Amino acid sequence: MAGFDKRVASYEEAMEGIESGMTVIAGGFGLCGIPENLIAEIKRRGVNDLTVVSNNCGVDGFGLGILLEDRQISKILASYVGENALFEKQMLNDEIEVVLTPQGTLAEKMRAGGAGIPAFYTATGYGTPIGDGKEVREFNGRHCILEEAIIGDFAIVKGWKADRYGNVMYRHTAQNFNPMAATAGKITVVEVEEIVEPGELEPSQIHTPGIYVDRIIQGTFEKRIEKRTVRS
Amino acid sequence: MALTREQMAQRVARELQDGFYVNLGIGIPTLVANYIPDGIDVMLQSENGLLGMGRYPTEDELDPDMINAGKETVTARPGAAIFSSAESFAMIRGGHVDLTVLGAFEVDQQGNIASWMIPGKLIKGMGGAMDLVAGADNIICTMTHASKHGESKLLEKCELPLTGAGCINRVLTDLAYLEIKDGAFILKERAPGVSVEEIIEKTAGKLIVPDHVPEMTFDAE
Repeated sequence: MAGFDKRVASYEEAMEGIESGMTVIAGGFGLCGIPENLIAEIKRRGVNDLTVVSNNCGVDGFGLGILLEDRQISKILASYVGENALFEKQMLNDEIEVVLTPQGTLAEKMRAGGAGIPAFYTATGYGTPIGDGKEVREFNGRHCILEEAIIGDFAIVKGWKADRYGNVMYRHTAQNFNPMAATAGKITVVEVEEIVEPGELEPSQIHTPGIYVDRIIQGTFEKRIEKRTVRS
Repeated sequence: MALTREQMAQRVARELQDGFYVNLGIGIPTLVANYIPDGIDVMLQSENGLLGMGRYPTEDELDPDMINAGKETVTARPGAAIFSSAESFAMIRGGHVDLTVLGAFEVDQQGNIASWMIPGKLIKGMGGAMDLVAGADNIICTMTHASKHGESKLLEKCELPLTGAGCINRVLTDLAYLEIKDGAFILKERAPGVSVEEIIEKTAGKLIVPDHVPEMTFDAE
């Protein structure tokens, strides 16, 4: 690996260094824009006691849902965890700790973590169970709660195109949490559909600049659709 | 007669104004998109990162990378913008969205809303609802006026855990359209054929009833 070339040759190499007990931040919304092959590699490695930070937890048999099968996740921060029977079972049996987090707060926790901001105040969640035990301050007549940033030992991200320097573009709404996740990993791994030469991506169109990215790999993706809605 | 889901969506749609950016929640709020009045242009915001949500795709347009906040496949209309979740919630928390429409289990006369959690039942999460209610000045809550057992959902004080405190100012139920102001529900309109007495009976919170409460009208479809 020379200079700014972030490419790795295999998924095994892409997730080198992940250990049990680590915190993993994952991009994706539902099954859209999820790093499906990096998740599969985490499953293959069998590491457990993971803290996962992700808007959702996949579905039975796909996405982060596959990490539940061997109980690799002990704690998750997410905004919505429906559509997953195994998850519900583990939650009801107290086999997994769930920290439900408002979606915007979750995005901001990742963004702040990546931006070196340790905590922020927000009106979201004040007066609700989410605000319980959190510091409250009033700004301009509004009550706000203090929310802390998140940094992951690993961030796993799904992009569309990247150059080998790790500059990444996302496609359509597969962007979602991926750009914030990419900033918030001590080691950020991005898998993409296509790796191109430096200079081929228009610099002003880059969503995630390569400075945030440690490893990139080109993969093939199933891109499963969760709710197929069409008009006739 | 209580309003149908479609009539509730139709009534909410009358609150849309030309040039509004609007976030529609899941359920009845989603149906509002079907009743945007002629001559009015609104831009639908979907909190997963889409401003300018279009129709559902045709089979040919179907794209797994193009979904809405309900995880349904959608299209982007001409003039749409797509962005990250942080950008999306900057719009929401920053008060840039003109109107938010969402469902609720309960609201109370202080403008509190409970919509995400019933203790003892499975808890799936709040998604973006807490951000939406905290960030918007202009929210319409759509809900049934009372439970199947006749218990009011318009309360003096919410009993379920809150989604947001003091943030709701308008409620459309299947029986009535109400505003919340100074610690009371104000009855503004009633569903066709629904009496003021029935609304009083099914409203547990403080209710102010003006001398004249107009009946909603709906075009025959």
